[in-house]
Amino acid sequence: MDAQWSQQVSQIERQDLVMFINACLSCTGQREFYSDNYGKGVSIDFLHDYILGNYRLLYARTLAAGINHFNRAQIILKLLATGRNTLPQHRQEEGALIAAALNQLPPQRAWKVLAEIRRRGINNRRSRAIVRDYLRSRRDLSFQAVKYRSKLRAVAIHNHLKLETELAAFLFEPTKIKAYQTEIFEYFRKAKYDREAIYALPLTIAEGFAAQHGIKREIFLDRIQEQMTPGEKLRLQKAANREKQEISLDLGQMPLTKLALYVLSLSRAERGDRMTLLDTALDTAARKTLQRSPMHLGRVATVLDCSYSTSGSSEKRRRPLGIALAAHYLLKAAAQEYRAFWTVPQTEALLVTPRGQTDLATPVLDALEWGADLIVIISDGWENDPPKGAAQVLEVYRQKFDPTRKTVIVHGNPVFDTDNFLLRALTPEIPTVGLRDAEDLPTLLGFARFAEGSAGLSELEAYLAARVRELLGESDQETGR
Amino acid sequence: MSRKQPLLEKLSLRGIEIAPSQVYGGIRLVPLLRSHPRQDLRLQRRQYQEELGIVAVEGEMNHPEMAYFSYIPHGLVLSWGESATEAAFGTQLQGRDGKVLDYGCAKVRLMHRMAKRESRNSLRFLPLHLAMEGFLGMFFSGPAIAWQEYSHQALSQGLGSRGELLYSGGAVEGLEDALRVFEIHENQVGMLVFVADALASAFIVPNPQDYRALHRTLLEDFYGELIYQYGLLYDTPFPMDVTLEADKIQTLPELRKAVAELRSQWGKFPGFMATNLLQRELNSQRVYTAGPFGLQRFITELEPKGENHIGEAIISETGEIQYLKTYRLSAAQTRRVYLLSQLAKYDWNLEITARELGQTRDELALRLDKAGFGYLLKQNVLEVARKNLKKGRG
Repeated sequence: MDAQWSQQVSQIERQDLVMFINACLSCTGQREFYSDNYGKGVSIDFLHDYILGNYRLLYARTLAAGINHFNRAQIILKLLATGRNTLPQHRQEEGALIAAALNQLPPQRAWKVLAEIRRRGINNRRSRAIVRDYLRSRRDLSFQAVKYRSKLRAVAIHNHLKLETELAAFLFEPTKIKAYQTEIFEYFRKAKYDREAIYALPLTIAEGFAAQHGIKREIFLDRIQEQMTPGEKLRLQKAANREKQEISLDLGQMPLTKLALYVLSLSRAERGDRMTLLDTALDTAARKTLQRSPMHLGRVATVLDCSYSTSGSSEKRRRPLGIALAAHYLLKAAAQEYRAFWTVPQTEALLVTPRGQTDLATPVLDALEWGADLIVIISDGWENDPPKGAAQVLEVYRQKFDPTRKTVIVHGNPVFDTDNFLLRALTPEIPTVGLRDAEDLPTLLGFARFAEGSAGLSELEAYLAARVRELLGESDQETGR
Repeated sequence: MSRKQPLLEKLSLRGIEIAPSQVYGGIRLVPLLRSHPRQDLRLQRRQYQEELGIVAVEGEMNHPEMAYFSYIPHGLVLSWGESATEAAFGTQLQGRDGKVLDYGCAKVRLMHRMAKRESRNSLRFLPLHLAMEGFLGMFFSGPAIAWQEYSHQALSQGLGSRGELLYSGGAVEGLEDALRVFEIHENQVGMLVFVADALASAFIVPNPQDYRALHRTLLEDFYGELIYQYGLLYDTPFPMDVTLEADKIQTLPELRKAVAELRSQWGKFPGFMATNLLQRELNSQRVYTAGPFGLQRFITELEPKGENHIGEAIISETGEIQYLKTYRLSAAQTRRVYLLSQLAKYDWNLEITARELGQTRDELALRLDKAGFGYLLKQNVLEVARKNLKKGRG
């Protein structure tokens, strides 16, 4: 009786965790095609509190599971706010995890987390230590002080930080010092009077000064290019093109999913004109991703949804379709043999547009007939032509033709379903995993067996522990350097 | 001059294929596909901004002898013939349509006729309002013989004005979301709208480009009380699944065949759910003949206890439906028109009508009162009827 009971408990725990990690992989609290952002925020917040209350250690370890930035930030904040509930034996691991995860966040997100600590009134010894260490580890703190000035000021006030003289003066009394020794502070001071000095500042800061000086937009964009990050270049490309000017952009430097979304933002004619260029850029980006997290796959087929619902929402424009396109390139680069099956048959993947109904059954059948070793389905889980067509095909295939699971079939879902705290699955027969960026596909394939239910809680715990060691080991090396 | 179109006797979806339905909340939307759309017939939407539309049904626009008052958010412009294909969307200048009066608090648009020719080959008509006007006007002439039961007002002025309360598509819970997330097929020309699996409306246009442009107008159409209440009450339709017969499938090609069968079965099924509209006898009335096409409005043969629809359609010379829009009457509306039609059938004689309906004269009088037509009868007729009924019970 007891054994059965504990087995059931571990079953429930496993399901809870899989649900939570899946949500953390896909949900960003933004509006989706089928649901709004308010419901999303409430739903994901509840899920976080539930897991934090019941499985604190595993909740912290989720930080290492390759989840998206939004959820990483949420976990860091919630852990810091409830530090007293940590068991003494886990205290050190939790602290290390938080520090490592915070270090890995992109700077704008990390600063937002630090500012949020003040807004939520979190103030304990550990949170102060985490903030102090984060600032200490920034090599270009003066640059960040210029770019995130108000946030750094808030963080410094809240944590009573002792700052060096020039930095403190820059944040709190900028006119106190007549000429700064630090180069970038000096440029910032000069920018108010000097038109030339603004071009040494980060783009977002320089924009404000440019407006004050009344500098023409095209002249400004032309000269500030040196200071732009790759993301900013990508974002401003279109605006610049409207004014008939070039922003030199090395497409090969872009992260894969961002690049795919950029490609989809171009009109079909533009994509057609620059076909080879874009194709090579996507391919390079895919290979770069693979260098970081290698995958070696055999015969791979993808079933990619390009129906109307992949157009996403006003906040996540064409994101599901972008992920499908990025996954297409990534798996093509990783596989020995590769074929893609779109719901609306495409001649060129680059020209894909979100249009029409979702007919998943036909491409799934095509993929099965081709005889792939691995089939990756990227879809939001809604299918309507016919309803449950692909689900039934997969069920029949699993039960009758392939009961030993020789063909691996994984469903990657970029959309979080608010109402059920779940990802919309096609069928219980195949695992459904959340997917926010195509770059996460290697993690996804590793995680899929837990979503399927064949692996138990202990395996999941071991998997998470291994990822934790990986993360902490990596970060140790980084600080050692 | 081409010969006139035959009047519709039955709706049939000839030349139109039904695709699997898409469900969102309690709304089931069934796409209708056409593989060979006509190129010589186009529909275009014309937006009206005014709070009230007044359509002169008879007589001059400024001195209407009979007028139709309603909120009319949009009209449709039909163009046919060779030049219809050349007129791309948004490039045509909109003709002046009636007259707008601005009262400060509200604007009113005066229009002439439900369907009005605008040029050699274009016609403006008001969708659904065309059918609704026919419905309201039908059997509404009043008694031709001065039977003594009728009130003075009914005899001297006819039945007066008649109104119906309707709900716009925006008020139907979930319809807006369902239309937003609906994934339109490449060659889709129409849609069957089910709310909690009750057929609310059927909508067909000549070709797919027109459909994409008119998809959202379903939200501006009106729906009956029943549909509004169903929208509030149900947030899921009946669970319906068609399953593959797994036992018979041995190979992948067999599986593929089974899926194709599944798809066609799914298609047929909503067609079966719409049989109350598609297989019914119709009373049709011709409104306009546009070249080889005929515009007509219709009402299904009335079933007092069943599902009844009114609507309008454009029929090509081969008898295929090019345009269709229907409205499902609510139960109260059906009761009202049924009573009026029965009275008209028996020359407004209460005695004979009551006998034919298997009731007493008093019961019929009270029934008329309940349906909202009490003002037709003299006060004493109703009072006597009430008294008699009380006595009978006592």
